[in-house]
Amino acid sequence: MYGKGLIKGLGVTLKRFVNTYLDDLKWAGKRYYTQEGLAHRSSKDANGIFTVQYPEEKLPVPEEFRYVPFLVYDELEDGTHHNRCTACGICSKVCPPQCIWIERATDPKTGRPKQEPAAFSIDLDICMNCGLCAEYCPFDSIKMDHDYEIAGYGRTVHHLDELLKPASYYDEIRPLNSAREAAIRKEKEEAKAAKAAARAARAAKK
Amino acid sequence: MSDLDFTTRFPTGVVADERKGYEGYIVDADKLVEFATALRDEFGFDYLSSVTGVDYINEGKLEVVYHAYKTTGGAGLVFKTQVDREAAEVPSLYNIYPGADFQEREAWDLMGIKFTGHPDLRRILLWEGFEGHPLRKDWKEPYFEEDVKPFKSRWPEGDFHRAEDKNPYGANVQYPDKFDPEKWQPEGEDALYGSLAKYQTTDESGLVTDHITVNLGPQHPSTHGVFRIAAKLNGETIVNLKPVMGYLHRNHEKIGERNTYLQNMPFTDRLDYLSSMSNNFGYALAVEKLLKVEVPERAEYLRVIMAELTRIQNHLFAIGMFLNDLGAFFTPSLYAIEERELILDIFEMVSGSRMMCNYFRFGGVVRDLPEGALEKIKGLVLDRLPRKVDEMDRFLSENEILRSRTVGQGYLSAEDAIKYSAAGPMLRASGIPYDIRRADPYSIYDRFDFDVAVRYNGDIYDRYYIRLDEVRQSLRILEQAIKDIPEGEILSGKPQYTVRVPAGESYGRVEGPKGELGFYIVSDGKANPYRYHVRAPSFINLTAFGPMCVGLKVADVVAVLGSIDIVLGETDR
Amino acid sequence: MENNELNSPGYEIPDDMKSVVSITTLDKIYNWGRRSSVWPMMFGLACCAIEMIATAASRYDFSRFGMEVMRPSPRQSDLMLVSGTVTKKMAPTIVRLYNQMPEPKYVVAMGACASGGGPFKEGYNVVSGVDKLIPVDVYIPGCPPTPQALINGLIKLQELIDTQSLKTVRWYQKGELAAVPVPVLGPDLIYPKDIPAIQEAGKEA
Repeated sequence: MYGKGLIKGLGVTLKRFVNTYLDDLKWAGKRYYTQEGLAHRSSKDANGIFTVQYPEEKLPVPEEFRYVPFLVYDELEDGTHHNRCTACGICSKVCPPQCIWIERATDPKTGRPKQEPAAFSIDLDICMNCGLCAEYCPFDSIKMDHDYEIAGYGRTVHHLDELLKPASYYDEIRPLNSAREAAIRKEKEEAKAAKAAARAARAAKK
Repeated sequence: MSDLDFTTRFPTGVVADERKGYEGYIVDADKLVEFATALRDEFGFDYLSSVTGVDYINEGKLEVVYHAYKTTGGAGLVFKTQVDREAAEVPSLYNIYPGADFQEREAWDLMGIKFTGHPDLRRILLWEGFEGHPLRKDWKEPYFEEDVKPFKSRWPEGDFHRAEDKNPYGANVQYPDKFDPEKWQPEGEDALYGSLAKYQTTDESGLVTDHITVNLGPQHPSTHGVFRIAAKLNGETIVNLKPVMGYLHRNHEKIGERNTYLQNMPFTDRLDYLSSMSNNFGYALAVEKLLKVEVPERAEYLRVIMAELTRIQNHLFAIGMFLNDLGAFFTPSLYAIEERELILDIFEMVSGSRMMCNYFRFGGVVRDLPEGALEKIKGLVLDRLPRKVDEMDRFLSENEILRSRTVGQGYLSAEDAIKYSAAGPMLRASGIPYDIRRADPYSIYDRFDFDVAVRYNGDIYDRYYIRLDEVRQSLRILEQAIKDIPEGEILSGKPQYTVRVPAGESYGRVEGPKGELGFYIVSDGKANPYRYHVRAPSFINLTAFGPMCVGLKVADVVAVLGSIDIVLGETDR
Repeated sequence: MENNELNSPGYEIPDDMKSVVSITTLDKIYNWGRRSSVWPMMFGLACCAIEMIATAASRYDFSRFGMEVMRPSPRQSDLMLVSGTVTKKMAPTIVRLYNQMPEPKYVVAMGACASGGGPFKEGYNVVSGVDKLIPVDVYIPGCPPTPQALINGLIKLQELIDTQSLKTVRWYQKGELAAVPVPVLGPDLIYPKDIPAIQEAGKEA
């Protein structure tokens, strides 16, 4: 019969239309602006209206989500900040579009290079959000941010003051990663301490 | 390749390539046409996959590398021809393999190799009048900084500046010496319109009709991006049609030769930006072939899972956009994009980005599945997607309007599909059951039980429906993969950001959602590839686009283009 | 828009009339009308265009902001969403499209490529940011910006529209608005403003 295919197709759209209301009824007002509702709308059982009402509700981003890079600093007990970055330059070497500029600080007295950056700039209009810098940073210093709401009225270049964010922020956005990295760091430090202790013991024997 | 006895057949002019790490044969330029004819007619290599130009500047030679295959399956054959850099002329293979058409034009455009006998040797990605051939090793762009990355200016005295600030014009431009814009005449589009030829027809009553030229694009809603079609019309019927591209030519290969091997990985994401995972796959295979590393079992499964999910979301998107082109504005797309979003959620969870996954590494993948990801994949593959694919099928496939627009239209015969080097769904919809996953298995595809989707009518409808078939087959593969996936390592060796690749050449190819995606890499033993070429299925599938459209109406051209499923990032690179 | 959002402060409305009457300034109602019906041009360049389509689709659905009417013709659109890498070959077309758009018109540079050249900046066929060609109102970093980031940028655009005033907007000033000169494809891209300088450099060489 001519037109059967059309009717079948219209049946599909009609079913989806009806489902929208059925699903709304089933959730009785809890479908929007709640975490469960949002999770339901992005699950395999999503049915009916699929829309996320951004900016009132935001789709949670997964832990591995990467947007733009930032630098982590530790808050020390005495209240000072310790920048984890040692200006080793690995991130700027590995960066595919070469958007990271690092100026290594020098000691004003000796003139020798210090293990910290004097300037650190990332041109976000070149950055491709690939995450290689964070992947290969040996000091867990440069990390990929979750904050995507950074649109502005001009070009964006992040210098040291925009880049630095506290370790607590990093722990919050990537809890699993930061715990894993902290464990590895601790292990390394313990191994180092054990080695030093052994060396000291050997020296004492002599 | 021991059964191929070229030396008896060609006592002179053909020698085996004995450079270290290289394979195949070197053919004298004057023997090339004869050799290729014999290859096609006597040895059964009916499918010319890829044509690549390589600039060996130290030897003063330009080399053209050809990769030929049999559509019945099996390993391929590489043959090369070398010419002097200063007088680079190679006979065109257009008459033997018409699929070489665009690829030879590309080699002319970017490498400056003249193909004698090519009927329409114009620039293809750049414009007529552009100065120089950019892929030659001695050609430098305006923002040239150093031959290879990483640049020294970034560290340890990284003084931040923008590249344009150092250019006298404040932009990415350079002009030849003694260039006077006032005296200069633009070359314009004469070459393009000339290639379309002038026509006049006279009907029975003696009425003379001039044919008109119509341009669609580069800004046109049906062209899937910035693509342009120049068509010669008789009334409303197409008499000749040429695709015009390069509006998204982002110099992937030139940048790729400056990058280190790892740095190219995120760039491959941006080739066919709908299916970054399978681009990663092809590139990783090509480099791993040179590195000779083994990939751990679990990583192989993860690779297959991601590649097949990519295929599903790409095909859903292609179907949605194709229906858009037919005029079913947005409803089918909305349904398709809904499923795609759920797959992208998985990609985001696993790799960190929805589209630009950058997930593969040489010898494995970057990270294991996070908690809950496998459950999500299972939910989609075992429950939701089969349901939704059936719904899509019910929704569209029997629709009378869709059928009357597509059945019997835009026909591509099996012979033509091979001739024009069409790949992927386009080749299989014309009745050639050629799927690299089966014909020349890579990774662990030989373990899975699946059918090569094939349809025989070669029209637009079959090219639409084969995508649904392929989604169903991908679901079958996924079911097996998520059942069998073992625990274990995901990367062989330690993660490292510079790899030294032994000198040699390699060609890695995968069955991407759009067709055969190949990466040709020449390594000179350093940290950066010497030559990096992409065999882009979207680009080569367009070779058949013109011939397919002759005799159709303008509105059907849009449907034909939609059924080829191109992505401009890959077409123009 | 809620009634009290439209109200201009400083004018007291009796309680019983609050649901029917609203006193506002002309600027405010003018901007409110424009910000709620920004029609983008259906114009995709590269990868970002796919995210733009995803934003138009059901999950993020920018029709909630009155933006769903994507016009294929520049003559009917208010907003050019430059979604992807601007190449030299495409540059003349983009400028021409911009000139064809009627005022008021806005440009959003979506993603790194459109903002400043992006990862492909060093390439020989890439324009270092669309602001080298036409004026840009909002820049959205990211490669590609996720749909939520794009909507965030579009909200920024709405905020920009809110600050404009009938008295000062360029399209109600006296005189013709000058079109942006279209660059030419020569041996390389030629910006019309550079022609004297190029000539000078050619003579010296």
